Amino acid sequence: MIEFTFWDIVRNLLLAARWTVLLSLAAFVGGGVVGLVVLFFRIAKNKWAQRLASGYIALFQGTPLLMQLFLMFFGLPMLGLRIEPWTAAALGLTFFASAYLAEIWRGGVDALPRGQWDAGASLGLHYLQELRLIILPQAFSITRAPTVGFLVQLIKSTALTSIIGFEELVRTSNAINNATFEPFTVYGLVALIFFVMCFPLTQYARSLERRATTN
Amino acid sequence: MGYSLDFGWVADATGAIARGAATTILLIAVTTLAGTFLSILGAAGRRNGPLLLKRAIGVYVEVIRNTPFLVQLFFIFFGLPSIGVRLDPLLAAILAMTLNMAAYTIEIVGAGLDAVPRGQTEAALALGLRPRQVFVKIVLPQALKVIFPALTSQIIIMMLESAVVSQIAVRELTYEADMLQARTFRAFETYFVVTIVYLVLSMGLRRLLVSGGRRALGAGVS
Repeated sequence: MIEFTFWDIVRNLLLAARWTVLLSLAAFVGGGVVGLVVLFFRIAKNKWAQRLASGYIALFQGTPLLMQLFLMFFGLPMLGLRIEPWTAAALGLTFFASAYLAEIWRGGVDALPRGQWDAGASLGLHYLQELRLIILPQAFSITRAPTVGFLVQLIKSTALTSIIGFEELVRTSNAINNATFEPFTVYGLVALIFFVMCFPLTQYARSLERRATTN
Repeated sequence: MGYSLDFGWVADATGAIARGAATTILLIAVTTLAGTFLSILGAAGRRNGPLLLKRAIGVYVEVIRNTPFLVQLFFIFFGLPSIGVRLDPLLAAILAMTLNMAAYTIEIVGAGLDAVPRGQTEAALALGLRPRQVFVKIVLPQALKVIFPALTSQIIIMMLESAVVSQIAVRELTYEADMLQARTFRAFETYFVVTIVYLVLSMGLRRLLVSGGRRALGAGVS
């Protein structure tokens, strides 16, 4: 029987927290890229493209993330892909994030006055140039607070990947708890580590929001 | 590629799925009532309570909002017994969900209370209503009307999040799905069907809340 001191527990949890951070970043970047594609569909002039993107967003916002992860974990092997918990977790969270980010940014695009598009067109810009040079920079800038807010939600959501077997903070804490029988300490520490990761971001989102309302 | 989908098991599983869905609905119904009530108290306390209470509510909101629901659930179910508080899974799930939801809805309800013009309170006081009557009969109904869409979204988010309580063996929809796939070896099909059930539940819940809200709070609720 291995003896765990308090500092052994802390050290192991902190080592596991690296995976939580890595997964959050991967899902945020991946979700940003896919979310941009969804956004293009969502604000396209083609009605069917719009509907497709709306359906995609409604699907991911209307079902539990846990189910999305399970479907990814059990579904992809059927397509002949060898899948490990890390891949299923990163892909599942990427699609989840893409739907939310697309919806947040769509709100930013909708909030811009019609005149921005007209001004772009009158300068002779074509559709993609308008998006790249005029619309998207402004849409991103006014949605910065909710985007950071969603990053917090994403970090917390990585906890669910422990259920499909990805070795992040929560899964490691379950293992440590099984060895030490100190759930109060172990889960308390896990909560503290998540808090330390999320709270500064929450405060940052709040300050962005305040700045946006005073402008 | 020799995999073919098989949904033949669904006919035998409808009972289990319906039972699971019923438990999920029960969980979210209790959580909605308890969570909304708690958040009204919390929002009022945060505005008018003594300093210590305001601080405590602030800390509670920040702690819950910045930690994962799964960890809160494990802390309540596995952690609390070591200080002598032992809860059965269903009760632990309801407690965790209520505490989690209230942390989000306290801010929502608070924003609604702030949105009611001060003149409403002053007018009601001038008419001779007692402070509690003013809050319950004048301010709160107007605040609820403003925040109803945000409250609806939060309730649906909570319903989807409740899938996690299967991890402490509450026999709700996801738990039944776990049991089914262990029996049928049809994991993808099982979770696919249950995902559709969740989708139907969340759409139905939204529709129910919007029409219910319209009836209870009058026109103008969207």
